[in-house]
Amino acid sequence: MGIISRGFGGRRRDSAPNLPPGQYLTHDFPVLSAGPTPRIPLDRWSFTISTEVGQKHTWNWAEFTALPSEEFTKDIHCVTKWSKLGTTWKGVSLDTLFEDVETAADYVMAHSKGGYTTNIPLEDLLDGKAWIAYEFDGEPLDPEHGGPARLLIPHLYFWKSAKWVNGLEMMHEDEPGFWEAAGYHMYGDPWSEQRYQGD
Amino acid sequence: MVRTALPGRLTWQAATVTAVRAETPSARTLVLDIPDWPGHLPGQHLDLRLTAEDGYSAQRSYSIASDWPGSGPVEITVQRLADGEVSSYLTDVVQVGDRIELRGPIGGWFVWRSAQPAPVLLVAGGSGVVPLMSMIRDRGRVRGRQPFRLIYSVRTPEDACYADELKRRVRDDPGLDVHFVHTRKGPDPKRIDVATVNTYGWPPDFAPDVFVCGPTGFVETVADILVALGHDPKKIRTERFGGK
Repeated sequence: MGIISRGFGGRRRDSAPNLPPGQYLTHDFPVLSAGPTPRIPLDRWSFTISTEVGQKHTWNWAEFTALPSEEFTKDIHCVTKWSKLGTTWKGVSLDTLFEDVETAADYVMAHSKGGYTTNIPLEDLLDGKAWIAYEFDGEPLDPEHGGPARLLIPHLYFWKSAKWVNGLEMMHEDEPGFWEAAGYHMYGDPWSEQRYQGD
Repeated sequence: MVRTALPGRLTWQAATVTAVRAETPSARTLVLDIPDWPGHLPGQHLDLRLTAEDGYSAQRSYSIASDWPGSGPVEITVQRLADGEVSSYLTDVVQVGDRIELRGPIGGWFVWRSAQPAPVLLVAGGSGVVPLMSMIRDRGRVRGRQPFRLIYSVRTPEDACYADELKRRVRDDPGLDVHFVHTRKGPDPKRIDVATVNTYGWPPDFAPDVFVCGPTGFVETVADILVALGHDPKKIRTERFGGK
């Protein structure tokens, strides 16, 4: 328990039971990115899974959107403290994308247009836990929110859900990505408040 | 990849408010004495936690406004938000002598290091000026020779934070230019546009380090303008707040 802040009552007592500790509800959709928003033409979009032995599985936009897709509703949690509940997306499950990928590696580095990276254990991408999403609320995903397509891993802090994702690289060892190298937590479980190194 | 000055585990600690200062009718600066502050880079932020008597607590992140001379207090400037649970407490209730829990510094990307030789372009929308002021102050402290330009968009002249200090710094320092854009009031109310960035920024072939901070729509507009003018997207660092 922290020290009591004199005169602080707090107002948002109606916060939902499915709100992780330290988070507050937002009905807006905040935008966070480290640089300008890339605008990626669909005819130049591609997505590649690279294995540890150098095998590459690549989809262009037509191939990718021809894959079986799912609609799903999830809560999302940003390390900057906002949570948004019941967001609805459409995308391709990582289970679908990994169907023909042979790998013995346990870790993945997600890569994005513009150079952003973030690391995730492979098991956090499989078994219905993650998607490459390309629609939000029934509309094509806005560039500001990572469109044409972003990684979506709702059970981890949202910096793991890489915007403008264009590849996944299999790794034998866990390596820090962009924010992880800048002091953020290697895993990022919102329910354990794994915000920064050492949390 | 930029490595940060984040040393291991960040622990919560109690800071004491040693002074409060009104910056505008809706923003104020809190001067915080933090016993074990490890120092920070201009542009970093801290996390702050308030706890009510019944145990309810709320956390928020605030940009650091001050530079870090190696000792002494840390300053944050807080803008009161219309529905701000924490910001209204910090702008209206907190007084000298109160204790506040915080931890930091955080963030190793949106930072200016005084060893970076490039000219610097800062573009602020509203309270987005706070981390940029830390950079301006640090440049002044280390007598940096990198030329700085700040384009600062606010609704009215009364909404500008640090107005007197900026005026004094521009007067005393030929390496610093500040241009205000007033969107609602003033001699020529307008929004920031291509001509503004082109006229008061640096040309792209100077390869400046660019820092843009403000509300989401503002940052999107400015970043798009900079890219269209030919700036390398990799040299443009952004920090956004609010939704789209």
